[in-house]
Amino acid sequence: MSESGRSLWQDAMRRLRSNRAAVISCWLLGAILLLALLGPSLSPYEYDQISWDEMAMAPSLSSGHWFGTDAVGRDLFVRTAIGARISLAVAFIATTVALLIGVIYGAISGYVGGRVDSAMMRFVDLMYSMPFMFFVIVLMVVFGRNIFLIFVAIGAVEWLTMARIVRGQTISLKNNEFIEATVAIGASPLRVVLRHIIPNVLGPVLVYMTLTIPGVIMTESFLSYLGLGVQEPLTSWGVLVSEGVDEMEAAPWMLLIPSLFLAATLFCFNFIGDGLRDALDPKVEQ
Amino acid sequence: MFGYIVKRLLGAIPTMLLIMIAVFALIHIAPGGPFDNKRPMPAEVRANLNATYHLDEPLLVQFGYYLSGVVQGDFGPSYKFKEFTVTELIGQAFPVSLKLGISALIIALLVGVPAGMVAALKRDSLLDLVVMSTSMMGMVIPTFVLAPIMVMVFGVHLKWLPVAGWNHGALPNMVMPVIALSLPYVAYVARMTRGSTLEVLRSNYIRTAQAKGLPMRLVLFRHALKPALLPVVSFLGPAIAGIVVGSVVIERIFGLPGLGRYFVDGAINRDYTLVMGVSIFYAALLLLMNIVVDVAYTFLDPRVKLK
Repeated sequence: MSESGRSLWQDAMRRLRSNRAAVISCWLLGAILLLALLGPSLSPYEYDQISWDEMAMAPSLSSGHWFGTDAVGRDLFVRTAIGARISLAVAFIATTVALLIGVIYGAISGYVGGRVDSAMMRFVDLMYSMPFMFFVIVLMVVFGRNIFLIFVAIGAVEWLTMARIVRGQTISLKNNEFIEATVAIGASPLRVVLRHIIPNVLGPVLVYMTLTIPGVIMTESFLSYLGLGVQEPLTSWGVLVSEGVDEMEAAPWMLLIPSLFLAATLFCFNFIGDGLRDALDPKVEQ
Repeated sequence: MFGYIVKRLLGAIPTMLLIMIAVFALIHIAPGGPFDNKRPMPAEVRANLNATYHLDEPLLVQFGYYLSGVVQGDFGPSYKFKEFTVTELIGQAFPVSLKLGISALIIALLVGVPAGMVAALKRDSLLDLVVMSTSMMGMVIPTFVLAPIMVMVFGVHLKWLPVAGWNHGALPNMVMPVIALSLPYVAYVARMTRGSTLEVLRSNYIRTAQAKGLPMRLVLFRHALKPALLPVVSFLGPAIAGIVVGSVVIERIFGLPGLGRYFVDGAINRDYTLVMGVSIFYAALLLLMNIVVDVAYTFLDPRVKLK
């Protein structure tokens, strides 16, 4: 996307920058990301360091447990940072899996059209009607609680909507003159799809991707709550929140702090997604 | 119309078969069997058990047995709750989940649609801001956080509502589970309705209706309501699926004897027949609901023709 002059993307960026909620969200998200990356090395404690003398301590600056400790005395600041790593990693990898499958599937379906298209879309409809969360649960139980599997399983659930969006966009694109011109020059269908269709559907895909991430983080925390998420001593925000729920009367910070991070992250992605949608929609140009 | 429904129902059969094969395969790939206890049992006993449940035969044969049972409405015996058949367990538990789910769906629509429309009509007002930020909260706070907080406030401290339990679906017992279950969907529905109402209000025929001098009330209910509801109706399919999944957590938090609990317990206990039974039952339910939603859609949108 490096045309000279004002490209669609430059326009979009300009509009996004004037959206205050989206900009603040970006900064906040950056801060959370920084905490995830650097947090564990800032604290003298390890995320799996159990300390029976320091069980369920309230947050305090003097003890070095800035966010307090959990029921077995592990430092919550470090655990929140590690949880952020896992939750964000699950979100990004699962979304990427969904993105790859969805974009390729949707683009092929839309570009080829006809019978292939209707067969491929019927398959998507079919998948939509399945209680997928249940399959993920069965998968977790069957293959053990493997983080990698959580990524893939969630990604495998989330690609359907992506495929639909990309297909719709592809169909409206493929009759444009520039595609016709590309075909006339003799480009192969694969090249047309990869070089000309996919780059042009990236806008809506980007919006949907941003809005998928919070959904994925929610799904992960849902699995964690059922006891099917990442395994001890590793942790995620979902695990921390569900541990916090058990102790919320005696140690409210155990629930409050991870919930705050979880909610803030979801807020940010939602605002950025909404901002991107407004920014990329030429109809709202003022 | 009738032909369309029959066609859709027939079309659902291969889907169901696929789902059954998938679940059957998954559960059988799983290491460990239903009779793996902490104490090893004598070889003869195990052999007998395996023979009784046809576990000693090839997988394909086992699947055949199972399929012929399901066709006759028999999901087989539960491996863990030996005195019950899976059909009985589902029969006991499903009414609870159904009542919970339908109530949650109704609340989601009854609260979400008016809230979204009002927010759209009073766009950029304080009311709009309140509706939108509340619904954003509803979307980002997980149910399993909200529900225990509700229990603590209204059940433990204020003692207004029972903390848990079903009590044959008495109203006080339903209030908290239904609210907790419906909240994210109230939020989604409100946001969707707001968006679609805004779009509809911008369209030409609404301007025409207003130009003719129709009172705003009539413009809204006659002309704007139906098209504004279309996205909400198409969201109903995924919403039902989501509520079904969400009720797994809600049933656990409030200790309700619903189907979701059997599913998770069954999966953890490797109760093959129970998990398969519940999965197939839910899949069939969702397929059915999707057909209902599609039919409902055509009533609202005359541009869509059933084929």
